[in-house]
Amino acid sequence: MENARRTQSVLTARRAGLVGCTTCGRVHARQAVTCRRCGSRLASRDTGSLQRVWAWLFAGMIAYIPANLYPMLVTSTFGKTQQNTIVGGVIELFDHGSWGVALIVFVASVLIPIGKFIAIAYLAVSARSAVVIRGHGRQHLYEVVEFIGRWSMIDVFVVAILAALVQLDFVATVHPGIAAASFALSVAFTMISAQNFDPRLLWDAYEADDT
Amino acid sequence: MTRIVMLAATAAVLMIAAIFFPFLELQVGGLSRKSSVFDAITAFSASGMLPLSIAVAALIVVLPFARLVAIAYALGPMALGWHPAPQAARAFRWAEATRPWAMAEIFIVGVAVALVKITGLAKVTPGPAFWAFAALVLVTVLKDSFMCRLTVWKTLEERSRS
Ligand SMILES: [Zn+2]
Repeated sequence: MENARRTQSVLTARRAGLVGCTTCGRVHARQAVTCRRCGSRLASRDTGSLQRVWAWLFAGMIAYIPANLYPMLVTSTFGKTQQNTIVGGVIELFDHGSWGVALIVFVASVLIPIGKFIAIAYLAVSARSAVVIRGHGRQHLYEVVEFIGRWSMIDVFVVAILAALVQLDFVATVHPGIAAASFALSVAFTMISAQNFDPRLLWDAYEADDT
Repeated sequence: MTRIVMLAATAAVLMIAAIFFPFLELQVGGLSRKSSVFDAITAFSASGMLPLSIAVAALIVVLPFARLVAIAYALGPMALGWHPAPQAARAFRWAEATRPWAMAEIFIVGVAVALVKITGLAKVTPGPAFWAFAALVLVTVLKDSFMCRLTVWKTLEERSRS
């Protein structure tokens, strides 16, 4: 285990003068531009990656602000109108005693988005350095972020379903609020941000330390 | 390979059923209302959020369906032992690239949450489309777990060369 930190010089594709396809895994000579197997574009490292990650991440963060300030749902029952923000909706579910569902909504619309902002920013900042969390840890973090981000869309779908279903004229009607749109945008932007991240960057720092 | 194609075909049929049959039925006193998935999609456009409506439609219906077609197109001929169809690689690459954006399974969880939210208000009964949609999600998850993309790419390449 003592050698675990400094592995016996791992041969990376880049050092071997090769480039791997991120879509299908086929390996090509360094000069290849498109993959012969699947037709994807090839690049040993995606050089513009971090810039795009930051741009989409900021767009996502900005869209997340109105998503929390404006109402997500506008409910009217017997003429009374009530507006609910994301957090307001969670609190209401909690009051009703639906703990489990309150938790799902809270995790999907608050914890995951904010956790994602932090995780992506951390990966982007630390990409080129060998920091506290070693390569494997950060690779896992990246995979988790990519997998979990889409689940934030739950709340948007909930609003859509409620608005479609609860249209009982006078008794009760539900309309979606502006927050639904900005929340959906926020989730989409952060997903794009995560997809633009080139995880190979995480490993480059180690390549430098064992040569 | 055959199994994946079968599952993709099953999912496509379920999808069609899921869209047009009533999805949920809501009852309050004497009033009742049936909604289909289609209504959920148009819900946003009624409130002046047409772009969001289109996005929801794309995420829960159009993309998942198009992916199924693309996968069946790319893998179908191979399952029968034929040469891959022209552009099969492109179709499969597209299906892979859009995978994170096909959110049918997330929609189902959303339905569950929505049901809990209105149980206090009204009685809700899931319609036939609800079960079709739930089955669809199950089939899609199964299909994705059977499918090894590296094997698919390898086979695609070998078959198209010979
Ligand atoms: Zn490739």
